[in-house]
Amino acid sequence: MMAFLFHRFDKASLVFIVALALIAVFVPVLNLAVPDGSTFHIPTYLVSLWGKYLSYALLALALDLVWGYCGILSLGHGAFFALGGYAMGMYLMRQIGARGVYADPILPDFMVFLNWKELPITWYFFDHFAYALVMIILVPALLALVFGWFAFRSRVTGVYLSIITQSLTYALLLAFFRNDMGFGGNNGLTDFKDIIGFSIQAPATRATLFSITAVMLAFGFLVARSMVASRFGQVLASIRDAESRTRFLGYRVENYKLLVFVVSAAMAGIAGALYVPQVGIINPSEFAPDNSIEAVIWVAVGGRGTLIGAAIGAVLVNFAKTWLTGTFPDFWLYGLGALFILVTLFLPKGIIGALAARFGARGKGEAA
Amino acid sequence: MNSDLTDSILYLDAVSVSFDGFKALNDLSFVVGRGELRAIIGPNGAGKTTMMDVVTGKTRPDKGTVVFDGSVDLTTRDESAIASLGIGRKFQKPTVFDHQTVEDNLLLALEGPRTAFSSLFGWRNRIAVNQILEALSIIRLGDLKDRLAGSLSHGQKQWLEIGMLLAQNPKLLLVDEPVAGMTDAETEETARLLASIAGEHAVVVVEHDMSFVRALNCKVTCLHEGSVLAEGTIDSVSANDRVIDVYLGR
Amino acid sequence: MLRRLTLILGLLIGLASLESQPVWADDANIVLKRLATDNYGDIETGITALAASGIASSEAVLNALADSRLSYRPSDKAIFFKDASGQWIDAATNALPSEQPTGLKPVKVNNRVRRALDAALGSMTLLSADPQKRMAAADAVFKSRDATTLVALDSVIAKETDPVVRQHFEEARAAVLILKPDASETDRVGAAEKLGQRGDQDALALLNSVTEANASFVVVAAASLAAKGISRRLALLSTAQNAWYGLSLGSVLLLAAIGLAITFGVMGIINMAHGEMVMLGAYTTFVVQEIIRSKAPSLFDWSLPIAIPLAFCVSALVGLLIERTVIRYLYGRPLETLLATWGVSLMLQQAVRSAFGANNREVGAPSYMAGVWNLNGFQITYGRLWIILFSLAVFLALLGVMRGTSLGLRMRAVIQNRRMAAAMGIRTPVIDALTFALGSGVAGIAGVALSQIDNVSPNLGQSYIIDSFLVVVFGGVGNLWGTLLGALSLGLANKFLEPIAGAVLGKIILLAVIILFIQRRPRGLFALKGRAVEQ
Repeated sequence: MMAFLFHRFDKASLVFIVALALIAVFVPVLNLAVPDGSTFHIPTYLVSLWGKYLSYALLALALDLVWGYCGILSLGHGAFFALGGYAMGMYLMRQIGARGVYADPILPDFMVFLNWKELPITWYFFDHFAYALVMIILVPALLALVFGWFAFRSRVTGVYLSIITQSLTYALLLAFFRNDMGFGGNNGLTDFKDIIGFSIQAPATRATLFSITAVMLAFGFLVARSMVASRFGQVLASIRDAESRTRFLGYRVENYKLLVFVVSAAMAGIAGALYVPQVGIINPSEFAPDNSIEAVIWVAVGGRGTLIGAAIGAVLVNFAKTWLTGTFPDFWLYGLGALFILVTLFLPKGIIGALAARFGARGKGEAA
Repeated sequence: MNSDLTDSILYLDAVSVSFDGFKALNDLSFVVGRGELRAIIGPNGAGKTTMMDVVTGKTRPDKGTVVFDGSVDLTTRDESAIASLGIGRKFQKPTVFDHQTVEDNLLLALEGPRTAFSSLFGWRNRIAVNQILEALSIIRLGDLKDRLAGSLSHGQKQWLEIGMLLAQNPKLLLVDEPVAGMTDAETEETARLLASIAGEHAVVVVEHDMSFVRALNCKVTCLHEGSVLAEGTIDSVSANDRVIDVYLGR
Repeated sequence: MLRRLTLILGLLIGLASLESQPVWADDANIVLKRLATDNYGDIETGITALAASGIASSEAVLNALADSRLSYRPSDKAIFFKDASGQWIDAATNALPSEQPTGLKPVKVNNRVRRALDAALGSMTLLSADPQKRMAAADAVFKSRDATTLVALDSVIAKETDPVVRQHFEEARAAVLILKPDASETDRVGAAEKLGQRGDQDALALLNSVTEANASFVVVAAASLAAKGISRRLALLSTAQNAWYGLSLGSVLLLAAIGLAITFGVMGIINMAHGEMVMLGAYTTFVVQEIIRSKAPSLFDWSLPIAIPLAFCVSALVGLLIERTVIRYLYGRPLETLLATWGVSLMLQQAVRSAFGANNREVGAPSYMAGVWNLNGFQITYGRLWIILFSLAVFLALLGVMRGTSLGLRMRAVIQNRRMAAAMGIRTPVIDALTFALGSGVAGIAGVALSQIDNVSPNLGQSYIIDSFLVVVFGGVGNLWGTLLGALSLGLANKFLEPIAGAVLGKIILLAVIILFIQRRPRGLFALKGRAVEQ
């Protein structure tokens, strides 16, 4: 396993991993151990905000894996993210127990409100953390498997695939808005109290969640990097550049696509699960097609097919979003729109891609 | 079972394909023996490329029989399954993986397990290195093995693609216009190469260049409007009145 | 029973006095005074007598009683009612008294009185000179099924000359008879047939309430036969209505998608800002209407015909600008085009939001768009009818441009073989720009129509973009007829799914079906075959 994860390890990857390890340690320290008045103190709200950015970075990484390396432009990755988030949200809802407004020991508030008498089957076992963890990965992966199996087998490619992935997340958006789906309808899941026994509001819990997110991002990066650095990644790049040629060499293109799509979906699911406890809510708007397209621009800004770039792009764009919506709320959509246009026209390789081309520090296995 | 079929590497019988009413192949029948070198000629629209599409699984025939290696029905299989059976194809327009090095292109083509899982683990072994070096020396791109394939010249790409075919080690090679864009010297070299690999592999070459076809010195099949017009030695085919009418010109 | 008898008697007297002579105020006083009491029973009989009296003010008095505007003066039992201006009117003279009365007591109403009142009012209006009122009264009887009106009904049916009103009378009579246990079997069977002819949901409910418990075998059989006929008719009607709604939705989808059929279907450009071209067209309509409202209100009905060419120009110009500044650098890179045009769409949305605000804007409907055309229960709203016709007209016009003009010819040439077209002297960049502008302009025209049925807000375009792409892909890329068929079939499928699965679930099912369909046939309903498809 270690040999797989660290195979063909290069300097940039090392820097990235070390940087993530450092912030995973120091951000909580600066938040918890440094007193409030100090210049070095990091307030808790910032810890959660950056935790959110890092979970977005993991989503971007997942997207880059399929788009940057295999040419699958998914406009529905937000769906996998949201499904992972809902799985985590369901666990957190069941943890509330009798502390809800209606004080029902089993049923979440919204079910009591809807006059439901018993828990739907979909909610069984979600009071067990381990079960929730499995579902966080399994549900997005299964959806990706079924969807991908149909799509790749019938050779839906390019923009057609983009359009149907967008329709997929749109359909899920509509479905999750319905009350009778049993996922809280319009309002989604919120008012969480604690996670494996720790109060979700406590600074220590938040700092820990941040660290876990940083570690998961590092782990996700290692997995993605190992995949693309292996012969598998080479075949993926071949599929991206000349799909039919790859078929004529005897590769089962659909299986390769399916594997990378499922892994990517699971990764997006984990990202969503990390996002929910730090943001405190999950609702159907996470399925909105806009969100998925926005994730694509993170990857494009950072540099598709670079992994590190995708993660950095996600953090940069979201940082800019927070800042702009705070200072010039009307300007954000102009800024985001312009970003889409300028990056595709003038920076097709993204920031990292452009830097790498400039300084020629390109590893052999890396894609263009 | 007839001996034509059992002795053949490729057996086409009464194969028809039509696109929106246009008959690209019309009752096409011909047989290629094991280890045989065969040249296919014919005017544009004669069905040469469609024939290759049918054999490699890209196009499903409307009717007819396509049998590989005396017993394997090809009409029900897809491209990757057919490639795995041992049929390699070189395209008219050279298609190599531009963003990967020459060496990696060959590595991708190399005979071996093709499943997604096996490709995740295990990178390369010594035997593979030797095979790649061998292929590199045959196609004379040894010095360029670390160059990106996209930076090669047109002729070099043609050779790289032939090298990839060799690395696949197929029983049957389908080669579509291999010498387009090559110098005369390269053309001669290619003819020699293809002739040398025949015997061990069966080779079907589609080509317009008559001097190249002559240099191959093999049985020639002339297609016209989706079916066989004439078949035989290059001299007999090029003396055929109908071939002269539709293709060679007087 | 006595109450009934008096009522019927009263009605008969009323009928007798239909062409009646003026009643003396003294006589009127006698009848009216019967209401000046606290005894509900007396009030009830008073009402019946009043209804039959033919007194000029009787209808006003009864209405006033129904609205609790009726009072009496205990000292002399004079009756007064309050008119709309709040003044007391003397019921006996039906005129303003010389001075406003004082010390009045209200005439009280309980449920029994109210029933008598309703019946009295109903039977009075059965005799009204206004056919609309007579019809309304008949319908009221149909609902109340008050058996005491039967005699009156029989009498008015005999006299009625207007066939439509007569029909209503007869239906009302049938409604009374069908559940009247002491009516003759022949009458009840006849009533069942009559109700069967009426053929609506109310008649069906009535017929279904006829059972062995309250009717003889023959009557039940007749009722169930008639009910079956109604059910069949209603099912047919609802199918037709669904088909109409589906056609209407299909025409909306066609309008939204038809511009995309050019830019995406024909040019292969993934224009995510297509929805915003539609939105711009809708806002152009809004601006045109605002100007007309302030400058020349009489031209309001012309606002849409004026807006159509303007919307085309606005969207086409914006489209041209997008093509020249963004898209032309991205030909052959569809995924990049998708992202860049998404950016364009965000900027356009924000620009419109800055200019017009984030809220919905009111776009009015010209007079010819309003109203309903009722075809024997089948309802056609004029607005929908116009939109269906308009979408077909736009479709045919576009088809005409592509087939019949030299621009269309050159467009098709560029699409089929860019290099060959260039070699023949066609300036391909110009054609690209014009084609894109055409597609955008058509989207703008669609916006004019959609402004009539949807909220005009900056998000207008977003709600159509996914559907539009699905329509084009479903119909088969590069084929205008495919887009037509795709739009109509998706519209119909949606509306037929809705009653079965509900609106949202229906939409989800449809999305799932399309996703599966595209996976089965990635190139849509009308797939092109052959080499042309390869790249």
